[in-house]
Amino acid sequence: MRRVCLDRVHQLARQQRQIIFIGSDLGSGTLEAMRKELPEQFFMEGIAEQNLLGVAAGMAMEGYIPYVNTIATFLTRRCLEQIVVDLCLPNLPVRLLANGGGLVYAPLGPTHTTQEDIALLRTLPNMAIVAPADAPEMSRLMEQSVGWPGPLYIRFAKGGDPLVSRPEDGFTIGRAICLRAGSDVVIISYGVMVKRALQTAELLAAEGISCAVYNCHTIKPLDSALLSVMAGVRLVVCAEEHSLIGGLGSALLELQNEAEMLKPTLRFALPDQFSHRYGSQDQQLAGVGLEPPAMAARIRQRLTSLM
Amino acid sequence: MSDETTEPLDERSRYLRRLVFRAMQGGGRGHPGSALSLIEIVRVLYDHILQVRPGEPQWPQRDRCILSKGHGCLALYAILADKGFFPMEELDRFCRLDAMLGGHPELGMVPGVEASTGALGHGLSIAAGMALAAQRKGETHRVMVILGDGELDEGSVWEAAMFAAKHRLQQLTALVDYNKLQSYGAVTQVQPLEPLADKWRAFGFAVAEVDGHDPEALRRLLQRLPLSEGMPSAILCHTVKGKGVPMAEHNPDWHHKSSFKAEELAQLQSALGS
Repeated sequence: MRRVCLDRVHQLARQQRQIIFIGSDLGSGTLEAMRKELPEQFFMEGIAEQNLLGVAAGMAMEGYIPYVNTIATFLTRRCLEQIVVDLCLPNLPVRLLANGGGLVYAPLGPTHTTQEDIALLRTLPNMAIVAPADAPEMSRLMEQSVGWPGPLYIRFAKGGDPLVSRPEDGFTIGRAICLRAGSDVVIISYGVMVKRALQTAELLAAEGISCAVYNCHTIKPLDSALLSVMAGVRLVVCAEEHSLIGGLGSALLELQNEAEMLKPTLRFALPDQFSHRYGSQDQQLAGVGLEPPAMAARIRQRLTSLM
Repeated sequence: MSDETTEPLDERSRYLRRLVFRAMQGGGRGHPGSALSLIEIVRVLYDHILQVRPGEPQWPQRDRCILSKGHGCLALYAILADKGFFPMEELDRFCRLDAMLGGHPELGMVPGVEASTGALGHGLSIAAGMALAAQRKGETHRVMVILGDGELDEGSVWEAAMFAAKHRLQQLTALVDYNKLQSYGAVTQVQPLEPLADKWRAFGFAVAEVDGHDPEALRRLLQRLPLSEGMPSAILCHTVKGKGVPMAEHNPDWHHKSSFKAEELAQLQSALGS
């Protein structure tokens, strides 16, 4: 997914000279082809994230469209004030390409994982947040990203992620995609959790529970059409690789609440605690119940309690 | 170089200071000390150096000037009002609910303001981005950024300094309002900066020092920018916080004020005229 994203930056930069890439101190050889072909549009500027974002803002004010790339934690926690003051306040078209959202960097420990990036950025006016489910969806998003009028945060999954998106569904920032219809439950998800949501729906279907799945790749602006989807089922479920606090699950509850239409809602997310375990992303997700059999069991249990 | 400027302020410098206090009376608050040390810097920039069009603030070829120490905005507002970027009457509504002019400069709200500042340590990076854009596009306008001395405590300033040197941003000039006082007290006590000129040199800037209250010295220096081909410039402007109002000079209590006593108003009148 990351490679697809960066290759798309290269291709888009070839078409538009205003598009530039700014990295911090990325892996050796990152976007080497772009650096060679378009050296005027390629920048690698060191482990100085606050400065990267200020520079990106200054260049955006002068007509450039900067794509800034580093690890999600350093791009968000480290320089939140630059995101707020330099990017969101003047509503500048800077794109933040965030490596390793969620637990991708699980083996590297809690300094490198991020479970709060979406919560932090979701509160910022003018910020849009997108987390594609797989590489083809990332590619479709990147086409759209060029014309997006304000700041845009793009959260990468691990890479080599299972394919769940379909070309025929297209991609529009801010519009959730129905991957599976269903009448009892809807699971709304994004990123790598979409695949797990589909698997969960399969398990439930085998038991006669009709479960819809939506890929809500854009967490902000949130697709208000999801309201009627949520209204049409008995149980709303959100599954996300993010803190229980402030992510898509919170956003869906807020959307329902503002519409005065609160449905029973079950949220699968990361608990409000630091993980001091390592292992893989999959192992950690399983450890907090974010895998299909565990999710199906809890959904079944909750549906039973609603009878 | 002496921190003290003994020459009396001329009428234009006193007039601009009167505008600062006109706005403070309008809003009932402000950062007077931080604005008064800046007056001659912005005066010389806007009178003699910057190519700008008050009636066309977004003129593409304009020189850019960012007040990174945004709390000094009263000085910027005074000169922008004087130049006609917006009506003088806006000063009287400073900080009010529906005012154009708030307690820190805001891009898009105030004609002539190039960046929203107030959170310190942002302006040099933004200015560096603007200067890099100009360099890449072959544009010749300058980018000036005014930093506070206390602001130099922020690490992001030095990230930006390294970036500017790497890219040889000769169109970029950082002016430091070196008034030796930050909010709590003396810079030497809170976070010493010396040897400051050496620091900027070590970070890749061409450096000059000047009496920041001497308009002629400032003009002569700024007219020969860049100080060195292929390098960004840093100018340490030795200033006095609260300059021009004896009671305010060197006095950290005048960093921010929301009211004036009768004796303070009398001294303002006496020092600045009317």
